[in-house]
Amino acid sequence: MRFIRRNLLGVIAILVLVYLFIPIAVVAVLSFNKPSGKFNISWTQFSTDAWTNLCGVPGVCSSFITSIQIGIISTLVATALGTMIAFALVRYRFRGRSTTNLLIFLPMATPEVVMGSSLLALFLNLRFPLGQWTVVIAHIMFIISFVVVTVKARLQGLDPKLEEAARDLYANPRATFRYVTLPLVAPGIAGAALLGFSLSFDDFIISYFNAGTLVTFPIFIWGAAQRGIPVQVNALATLVFVVALLIVLGSQLVNYRRRRKLLSA
Amino acid sequence: MEDLHLLNLTKKFGDVAAVDDLTLTIPAGSFFALLGASGCGKTTTLRMVAGLEDPTAGTIRIGAKDITNLRAFQRPVNTVFQSYALFPHLDIFENVAFGLRRRGVKDVKTPVNQMLELVELSALARRKPTQLSGGQQQRVAVARALINEPDVLLLDEPLGALDLKLRRQMQIELKRIQNEVGTTFVHVTHDQEEAMTMADTVAIMNAGRIEQMGNPATIYELPKTVFVANFLGQSNLITGTAQGRNGDDILVSAHGQTYAVPAARSTAAGDSIIVGVRPEKMTVLDAPDGHKAPASHNKILGRVTDVSYAGVSTQYLVRTPWEQELTVFEQNVIVGDRCSVGDEVLLHWAPEHTFGLDGKQDVHAGVAPEVLDLEAAALALEPRGE
Repeated sequence: MRFIRRNLLGVIAILVLVYLFIPIAVVAVLSFNKPSGKFNISWTQFSTDAWTNLCGVPGVCSSFITSIQIGIISTLVATALGTMIAFALVRYRFRGRSTTNLLIFLPMATPEVVMGSSLLALFLNLRFPLGQWTVVIAHIMFIISFVVVTVKARLQGLDPKLEEAARDLYANPRATFRYVTLPLVAPGIAGAALLGFSLSFDDFIISYFNAGTLVTFPIFIWGAAQRGIPVQVNALATLVFVVALLIVLGSQLVNYRRRRKLLSA
Repeated sequence: MEDLHLLNLTKKFGDVAAVDDLTLTIPAGSFFALLGASGCGKTTTLRMVAGLEDPTAGTIRIGAKDITNLRAFQRPVNTVFQSYALFPHLDIFENVAFGLRRRGVKDVKTPVNQMLELVELSALARRKPTQLSGGQQQRVAVARALINEPDVLLLDEPLGALDLKLRRQMQIELKRIQNEVGTTFVHVTHDQEEAMTMADTVAIMNAGRIEQMGNPATIYELPKTVFVANFLGQSNLITGTAQGRNGDDILVSAHGQTYAVPAARSTAAGDSIIVGVRPEKMTVLDAPDGHKAPASHNKILGRVTDVSYAGVSTQYLVRTPWEQELTVFEQNVIVGDRCSVGDEVLLHWAPEHTFGLDGKQDVHAGVAPEVLDLEAAALALEPRGE
């Protein structure tokens, strides 16, 4: 009893973490399962089949690659555009600035169903063939908002005196941007890009409306769920999680090393 | 090296003139301080010289060269910013090398190391700015600017963020560096003590204009406006009327008493004169000893309302019969009793320490508003009619 009272905070924290990680753990554990029937929902037997034969089910790998491609293209375009919009909004006073600020927020506030269906209506009216490009256009559209918000926050936190100091120290506008502004805003841009990619990779509703016959990874899972999700999906999902985890751990390690080096210097 | 000239420099923000028709020559190699309260236009002046602010009108020249229309990165002028503005993503070495690299200097290693040596930071070359103390960051900021060998180094309240002890050290340090490199330093500050100890020429700025300029001792001993008298140090100011001359002195009568003000030390145009004297120039005598004061001295009778002992000196507040509070500093060289609160005293001082100011000015100009508020509150609290 006394133990619990003393360690209440720790106990609650652990319980919350367990709650958060149970679904991920279940997905990872079941990727090593050999299901008895069509549905991979109860543990039967340990097997590495899904991992050794990742693309063993028709459509799973091609949909995975399609999603990665769409994610990369839309992230690159949205990050470039969003960063420029953020600079314009923070640095310049122009007519329609506050309206733009408001409009940038709209895609985030609009329900995805509404956005997906209205985009579909637009593409159909324009007789634009549905497929990878319509999905990319849709994704760019909603990622931009997130990029603008993230980069804007970083830019607003940037001391304008730093750029003045650069100008004072013989840096022309281009050099000021290249050597001072960009390196200082880069973490914000990188964060925005990562966020954008995960939003795009993850998106189902808007993609489903505008994909036509194209199958992205979430659409594949949605389709498979009707007939029984193949174990490969668990394996791929676990893979994505592990890669993300490695990226985070890697950046932590670099930070840690840098700090150690500085302290010993 | 060449002089820095500001000619009819004006900067308006909307209808408000932050800097108003300022003409000023700053001699090459001098340590020049622009002193003023916040909002007097001193920082705006500095930013115009740096090229970070465009003047509304006027010209800035270095020697014969007009730099008014040059961009900040084209000017042979560098700035030490109040917040230092060190680049957080670059280490100390790269911060100092920044200007050289932008100008395409090939070998930066030698000059950067020399400069780091000058500011005694060689050991910290690979640290990031956030790992340095305030004083060290300040020295990096100076090194980063000076390495470019500018014609003029601008310092914008460079010591404002440091604590008192460190500020003292940095004042000496900055003077040493200035002596060593010989560059013109233009130093903007609101701290009069800092300006007086460091600069060889001080310009006191008020409402976008220069009130008075000269070496610190001259300005202190002979202020020419009420603002300067109150802003640089403290002054006791008594408003009176000129009654005639006695040799080289103007005789001024105020509150039934006559004071002698050397005509050469008066800037009053009309008959209305403000008689001024610095607190440390006055001597306090117990009223019964009043006859000991030299006959030629100016004298005031009053009653002591406050005594603050401060080691080196004692500060007395003396209330005059016309309810004005005067301040007197006395060096603690007296053996025996000091005056205490309630004593009737005679204040006296030599006429040659007196200065005369034009009577049309507000006698409170240049006094910090907080001080005025405090004085008003103290007067309101005081029991009346005793």
